[in-house]
Amino acid sequence: MTDAISVSGLVKSFGRTRALDGLDLTVRTGEVHGFLGPNGSGKSTTIRVLLGLLRADGGEVRLLGGDPWRDVATLHRRIAYVPGDVTLWPNLSGGEVIDLLGRLRGGQDAERKADLLERFELDPRKKGRAYSKGNRQKVALIAAFASDAELLILDEPTSGLDPLMEEVFQRCVQEERDGGRTVLLSSHILSEIEALCDRVSIIRKGRTVETGSLSEMRHLTRTSISVELASPPNGLAALPGVHDAKIDGTRVSFEVDTAKLDEVLTHLTQVGVRSLISRPPTLEELFLRHYEDDSAADR
Amino acid sequence: MSALAGTRLLTWLAFRRDRIILPFWIYFFTALALGTAYSSRAAYGTLAKRVDFATAVNKNPSLLALYGPVHDPASVGSVSLWKVGGIAAALVGVVSLLLVVRHTRADEESGRLELVSAGVVGRYAALTAALITAVTANVVIGVLVSGGLIALGLPAVGSIAFALGWCAIGLMFAGVAAVTAQLTSGSRAASGLAIAVLGLCYLVRASGDAGGHNGPTWLLWFSPFGWVSHLRPYAGERWWVLAVAVAFAAGCLAVAFALVGRRDIGAGLLPDRLGPAEAAPRLRSPLALAWRLQRGSLLAWTAGFAVYGAAVGGVTENIDDMVGGKGGRDLLSKIGGSHGLVDAFLNTAMSIMALLASAYAVQAVLRLRAEETGGLTEPILATRVGRIGWAASHVVYAMAGSALLMAVNGASVGLLHGLRAHDLSGQFPRVFWSAMVQLPAVWVLAGITVALFGLAPRIAVAAWGALGMFLLLGQLGPLLKLKQWAMDLSPFTHVPKLPGAEMRTTPVIWLIVVAGLLTAAGLAGFRRRDLG
Repeated sequence: MTDAISVSGLVKSFGRTRALDGLDLTVRTGEVHGFLGPNGSGKSTTIRVLLGLLRADGGEVRLLGGDPWRDVATLHRRIAYVPGDVTLWPNLSGGEVIDLLGRLRGGQDAERKADLLERFELDPRKKGRAYSKGNRQKVALIAAFASDAELLILDEPTSGLDPLMEEVFQRCVQEERDGGRTVLLSSHILSEIEALCDRVSIIRKGRTVETGSLSEMRHLTRTSISVELASPPNGLAALPGVHDAKIDGTRVSFEVDTAKLDEVLTHLTQVGVRSLISRPPTLEELFLRHYEDDSAADR
Repeated sequence: MSALAGTRLLTWLAFRRDRIILPFWIYFFTALALGTAYSSRAAYGTLAKRVDFATAVNKNPSLLALYGPVHDPASVGSVSLWKVGGIAAALVGVVSLLLVVRHTRADEESGRLELVSAGVVGRYAALTAALITAVTANVVIGVLVSGGLIALGLPAVGSIAFALGWCAIGLMFAGVAAVTAQLTSGSRAASGLAIAVLGLCYLVRASGDAGGHNGPTWLLWFSPFGWVSHLRPYAGERWWVLAVAVAFAAGCLAVAFALVGRRDIGAGLLPDRLGPAEAAPRLRSPLALAWRLQRGSLLAWTAGFAVYGAAVGGVTENIDDMVGGKGGRDLLSKIGGSHGLVDAFLNTAMSIMALLASAYAVQAVLRLRAEETGGLTEPILATRVGRIGWAASHVVYAMAGSALLMAVNGASVGLLHGLRAHDLSGQFPRVFWSAMVQLPAVWVLAGITVALFGLAPRIAVAAWGALGMFLLLGQLGPLLKLKQWAMDLSPFTHVPKLPGAEMRTTPVIWLIVVAGLLTAAGLAGFRRRDLG
């Protein structure tokens, strides 16, 4: 089976600004793929190219085996999309919008729609202008989840949802994956990514800087260690792979490249360990490293 | 924090946002008043002509209803400015009320006001700033109009009274809008409600005036338009009615400020009604969605065209009396055709309606751009709806809608004129077709708008500029004796001047071809360009 989305070397410029600068993205069929990057890094632009709303200036883009710009009508039957900032027609009710989008896409599951309305606690009779941001978001989410699309493209879909609804959303995505569908999820909520995604791609300034499964990515990062030793350490800071060592008598805290963990621990046990706390790298640290690099590069 | 804190900044913001549209309206109204005074002065130079004209007007119910009576046939000012005392004055009211809603409820609905209100901004600041903007615009119009009329040689006192009449209308309906903006939570509904009040007031004035002296003139005291009519510029001014107008405006403002003080931000006093939980089975195509979005405005336009058509049809028979005197005849035949006064009048009326129908078509097509920039197009185009299918759904309403408008207009003019001329079977078809023959030119305007939308979306609103230019060419071209090539730029120049003139099919076919090509170019451009 081919990949659901395969993008390589994608370039898109607006006037002089180069929004996408050789971006690569591969989403395998049946996976939930996290799509991360700082604000303005080109996530929404990529998604809009995938939807055929923008025309790529260069690079190769394949979506469900087709060309998103040329094969709009055939591809869009198989896609559902939730934008990050949902606007609704002020004089149409939420229920009308859900039905309309479903019909325009070519069918929706009435039973599933009723179920989703209940789970998301949405009153479909309210007019578009009367909904809050979170409720507008729910309208688009219900329309997408009630469809029979094989690929869901979600662009920061949970902005404005409360924690309870966030949980409903996560369960819905898991159901979609269990049903064999593919999901591209752009998000800033790291717990959401951690809970849902099989693989992630991180982009920065229109380029992909990292892609892979979360466990693969953890390998590339550091573990934090706080340790109390029998006697003050000797030459620890100079060991390869040790960073930011803070030595206060026999108390030592430092970070170590996960690949060098074994050698460093051997060194410590030679000195004698009284207590040791080791913390695996959190996702926050993992992503912040990329995000911070970005703002540092801007300065 | 005072309740008015931040008013100065918000007023500045309002002027900054309106820096193009406000000067445009000020220019428009000044030019309208001065242009009318200038051209009518030539036509009604002698007392005899003016008396002829005033007598004809004052016994014609349709004209009385539409414009009100000519108060003093002896006065040049009274006769010259009669035409802009009615509908043009109402337009001053419409612009003022839209301005107030734009800076109050529309900002509140979009959430912009919330952003601003979190700063050091008092509860009354937004409403006060909007009113200052509207009043300033009216005062500037008043000063320019009165000054210009005096410069044209009309009596100073009457000119000031006339200008104050316009200002009073503007002020009163700014007040009405200040109230309606507190009532509904949607801005379209707020301006719709204010326009409905204005329409009702106009209707009350029209009913009071239609019967002349023997009619129910007491009705005039129940309408702001009646009060302003009682001001009688150039005909023995009655200044004290301005006090009534000011009192009315002050009352509206008191209510509006009291309401602002009580309600929550974002909320209206009238409850938002719930809609259906499920879409009707018909709502399943872009065309059905476009109908849902456009039907309200199309119905309102259709009603307006029917009423205006009936009024035009009702006066046509009296046209000979009205433009008594050679000057008036010359003027009309310069503007219109050359075959008989009634036909020339009908042709002029039809070309004006064609311009209005073009305005409908332009705004119907521009809805595409509004949907696009409002982020409402993306979810639609992410379904299997193609770009052409979506764009065409609105273009269809622009084309078919303008056809409907001209047909309704042709039918209502034809019906009334036929009945009054006692020749329904003879007059109806020729009047009806004189309306329909304008349609290709209207479609060219729609085509220009589609082309701009597809090829240069950022300047799509320039379609209004094109319409304005054609309007000027048509109205002023013959008077200014412009070169033929300049006149030929306007599609309306090429429309056969029916009824009366000979029907020529070649230019009509060409107009249809041009409209088709422009539309096709626009759609092709839209298919290729980026969205957003």
